[in-house]
Amino acid sequence: METTLLFAPLVGSLLCGFGWKFIGEKAAMWTATGLLFLSALLSWIVFLTFDGHTQTIEILRWIESGSLSTAWQFRLDRLTAIMLIVITTVSSLVHLYSFGYMDHDPQWRPGESYKPRFFAYLSFFTFAMLMLVTSDNLVQMFFGWEGVGVASYLLIGFYYRKPTANAAAMKAFIVNRVGDFGFALGIFALFLLTDSINFSDIFAATPQLDETVVTFLWTDWNAADLIAFLLFVGAMGKSAQLILHTWLPDAMEGPTPVSALIHAATMVTAGVFLVCRMSPLMEYAENATAFITVLGATTAFFAATVGLVQNDIKRVIAYSTCSQLGYMFVAAGVGMYSAAMFHLFTHAFFKAMLFLGAGSVIHAMHHEQDMRNYGGLRKKIPYTFWAMMIGTLAITGVGIPLTTFGFAGFLSKDAIIESAYAGGSSYGFWMLVIAAAMTSFYSWRLIFLTFYGEARGDKHTHDHAHESPMVMLIPLGVLALGAVFSGMLWYKSFFGYTENVAKFYGIPVAEASADSHGGGGDKGDAHAVKFAGKPGEGALYIAPDNHVLDDAHDAPKWVKVSPFIAMLGGLIMALWFYIWNPSMPKRMAENFQPLYQFLLNKWYFDELYDAIFVKPAVALGRFLWKRGDGKTIDGFLNGVAMGIVPFFTRLAGRAQSGFIFTYAFWMVLGIAALVTWMSIGGGAH
Amino acid sequence: MDNLLSIVTFIPALAAVILALFLRGEDEAAQRNAKWAALFATTITFLVSIGIYTGFDPNNTGFQMVEEREWLLGLKYKMGVDGISVLFVMLTTFIMPLTILASWDVKTRVKEYMIAFLLLETLMLGVFMALDLVLFYLFFEAGLIPMFLIIGIWGGANRIYASFKFFLYTFLGSVLMLVAMVAMFADAGTTDIETLLTHQFASESFSILGIHILGGMQTLLFLAFFASFAVKMPMWPVHTWLPDAHVQAPTAGSVVLAAILLKMGGYGFLRFSLPMFPVGAEVMADLILWMSAIAIVYTSLVAMVQEDMKKLIAYSSVAHMGFVTMGIFAANQQGIDGAIFQMLSHGFISAALFLCVGVIYDRMHTRDIDAYGGLVIRMPAYALVFMFFTMGNVGLPGTSGFVGEFLTLMGVFQVNTWVAAVAATGVIFSAGYALWLYRRVVFGDLIKESLKAITDMNSRERLIFAPLVVMTLLLGVYPALVTDIIGPSTEALISNFDASLAAAGDYAAPKMAASH
Repeated sequence: METTLLFAPLVGSLLCGFGWKFIGEKAAMWTATGLLFLSALLSWIVFLTFDGHTQTIEILRWIESGSLSTAWQFRLDRLTAIMLIVITTVSSLVHLYSFGYMDHDPQWRPGESYKPRFFAYLSFFTFAMLMLVTSDNLVQMFFGWEGVGVASYLLIGFYYRKPTANAAAMKAFIVNRVGDFGFALGIFALFLLTDSINFSDIFAATPQLDETVVTFLWTDWNAADLIAFLLFVGAMGKSAQLILHTWLPDAMEGPTPVSALIHAATMVTAGVFLVCRMSPLMEYAENATAFITVLGATTAFFAATVGLVQNDIKRVIAYSTCSQLGYMFVAAGVGMYSAAMFHLFTHAFFKAMLFLGAGSVIHAMHHEQDMRNYGGLRKKIPYTFWAMMIGTLAITGVGIPLTTFGFAGFLSKDAIIESAYAGGSSYGFWMLVIAAAMTSFYSWRLIFLTFYGEARGDKHTHDHAHESPMVMLIPLGVLALGAVFSGMLWYKSFFGYTENVAKFYGIPVAEASADSHGGGGDKGDAHAVKFAGKPGEGALYIAPDNHVLDDAHDAPKWVKVSPFIAMLGGLIMALWFYIWNPSMPKRMAENFQPLYQFLLNKWYFDELYDAIFVKPAVALGRFLWKRGDGKTIDGFLNGVAMGIVPFFTRLAGRAQSGFIFTYAFWMVLGIAALVTWMSIGGGAH
Repeated sequence: MDNLLSIVTFIPALAAVILALFLRGEDEAAQRNAKWAALFATTITFLVSIGIYTGFDPNNTGFQMVEEREWLLGLKYKMGVDGISVLFVMLTTFIMPLTILASWDVKTRVKEYMIAFLLLETLMLGVFMALDLVLFYLFFEAGLIPMFLIIGIWGGANRIYASFKFFLYTFLGSVLMLVAMVAMFADAGTTDIETLLTHQFASESFSILGIHILGGMQTLLFLAFFASFAVKMPMWPVHTWLPDAHVQAPTAGSVVLAAILLKMGGYGFLRFSLPMFPVGAEVMADLILWMSAIAIVYTSLVAMVQEDMKKLIAYSSVAHMGFVTMGIFAANQQGIDGAIFQMLSHGFISAALFLCVGVIYDRMHTRDIDAYGGLVIRMPAYALVFMFFTMGNVGLPGTSGFVGEFLTLMGVFQVNTWVAAVAATGVIFSAGYALWLYRRVVFGDLIKESLKAITDMNSRERLIFAPLVVMTLLLGVYPALVTDIIGPSTEALISNFDASLAAAGDYAAPKMAASH
């Protein structure tokens, strides 16, 4: 069953991509989609029947060299199971949605067949993503990691006539490669120190790593910190964290279903998955995880500020994604991996829905993406409106404070913010609370600008705005269920008491001794257990001294309600700016012009990178080519050759007459004949 | 079959001789006959060579299928293969029929062209099989001549300059090697490679003209061989002949050059430098690792700004060969396995990339990147194939390109993290230049008038690419096909290397502290 689940998308991709000429476009697309629904169905069966025991299935030998031994091998545990349902559910819905969205795409000329290619890429992406999350060793994970990168590259550049799409695709691939550079070095360091890159061996060795000092580049490092940091560099690239985030907003050049699947729900969360997967290492890497926390919090803040002023509907959601990923990293950084996975899980539903909803708006508005040209669409596209509304309620975190009753984002985001507080990162906590207020502001801004107020922009387009077909609305409906209920349904498993969480992930528990933790006693005997797994037992490793889960539950009330208050603040600001006093934004922008420009231009990261990396690299390349190869090396050789130049030119002069070549030619032939004769003939006696 | 190796080696030469003696005329029929004869001969060679592959026992780390005969002037004719060389033999016989197919549209002096390629095949096979110094040298040097002719006669506009640059560069390197070979004979009293592999050359440091030579004789011998192999690889900074040679060579010439001829340098390091002069290799290793790392970064940057497609791919080849030398001189299992793997993989991928250039060069007669753009619209099959090999070139996991890069980097990381980190930036740069090339040639809108009628690949061209695609994927997904064969020989090579180093003792006692 697991093998079918994994390879169905690959088969679908190949059948669709290569077979459409024989079976027709429609049949090819349905084949790919059907196989993905099969995969999704099997994933849910696996998820719901999973008993907590890690299983491995070997398929084929892979890279082997000396003591290095890797195989194509699948690891099925709770982390994998969570990812399986996220990936296959969103992917199958996106496939379905694409039937409507990609129909009659105006980017293509009549007679051009683009749909089977699109579906083949989507299915290929899904396969690579499944390989990433089911891997049992870091190299296979790297295979999936780069595989999704290629799929992302192909899909961002799907409209290959557009120069901007091509540039964005390249940028995504190259920036990700910077991350992969770190990832690869991390793998090498692990192999150097543990002589293996298979998870079970690595996890068993992590306590020793913490006590190992390794020399890397200029200085000595704690091995656990170094490796965790290098692997996290990979995660930064894939999950668009600050410094390596610049590709994600540009990736919106791809068709909207792609943004929903790859650049919101699945691929970009791979970095979070990596950090959680490596929890046995992260638990020993104090400095690296502190770095992860700070960077995650900063990204959450940074991306939210930029999201406040963007006008392209997809870019707002893209920055929102970047920001939400920062939340997940904060949770992972403070050691609350389960909360990170929780947010990853709920975020996949509501963010995919927001993107698909935005796609529906764009579809209705004839591929207009600028929100300044929307307005008053509520009545025109009511289903889309309600879907977006649910998504917004989920992302901004609407729920009843101090209970576990609310939209998906309410539960998972609050879990992270409480964890940040409990984990002792006050920087993380405050950044996330501020970001929560901004999240609320830009999300509501999007809703108000799009669906409320007067119709701005082209009148004709607005008059002809139409609700999307059923194939696009059904996925929205299914995702809406997830956005509403996924938080409440799985709250206990992800962020309940220790025993619930331990059971969910298959982590062994032990009786907590009375003094092990101050807050533990309050909850009565029923919950007096603590995590007691060794690294590698269960899907996550929680160190004995990691009490963040309990502490988060015991966080003060003001901490628990603070995200809700931030959300309300953001909502009220948005109402004020875009409903009560619509001239406000313009005045603000004029009064704070430098700040506005700074945010609108995304803190000038692109310009900065262009100036310090891209331009110098090209200039250096040119210099090395013309000066290094041309003047210096060839110049030197020509100088040496000066002595024999007269001879050289004479030779060349003759060569042009063809004489010397004929001569050399017969000479070779003679040698060959001689050797042949000697060896064959000479062998006779 | 006792003399399978000789049969494989000399089938092409025999075909060349037959062509030379019996094929007359320059008319179309004669041309057709020459092409079919060459295709037939190279295909037969490949089919017969499968016997070498199946008859090879990977667990035997010594030389196999050895043939030994008396030859003229008291010299010996000795051939054999081991785990290090056998796959290069297979690579050669595999690539050659494809190069003949890729030359189907050659119009001038077809007979001579085919003869040159057939002879080249014999000489290249000889290099990988020869087990006698003199025989090796003969094959190694004679191989230069057909290549020189291929560039010089069937090459582009500036072919004379390129062919002489190629010839002089490689020839000058080889002169030093010849001197070293004479010295080796003087010292060991034999030219038999198998015996030389067990011979310990002196490694006591000494001074000449006031220059202290760490590792003494071994270092000198090492350097002499190094001069020749470094040019062949080619390593930075003696790489500048390669871009010129590639640009001027006909497509099939570039394919052979990149896929096979460049591998002779790497093979030479593994056959001679490392096992025969371990102390010399140890003394020089750091320098060579750094030269490799510089090569990767330097040539990648240069590749990024090229305007000629072939030059770009040529520079990318130099960068990929940087991974090879780095892996070899890491001198551990992953490094050397990776280096051999990288050479084989590069044989398929670079061959395919040069063929990709050939496909559109045949149609448009220009290699200028700016002359293209938007080819995907008219040539979807071509776009797919080119994309596949672009991804192979950037080392995407799942293609053979990944395995070699990954293993060599992993190998060198254990020796020197600085070199590993610098070299690993190559994976970023390679993505830069490869995708930038692809974007300019294949993506974008098709607006140039001249390209409006361009046609997609024909069935002959598809037939050439198919085996290369299969090999690139197969080795990427199931590299055990290669590692099972090379692994034991590599292991033996390394244990001998380490043992010889230990036996050589404190060759560098006075300088030890300074050099480490």
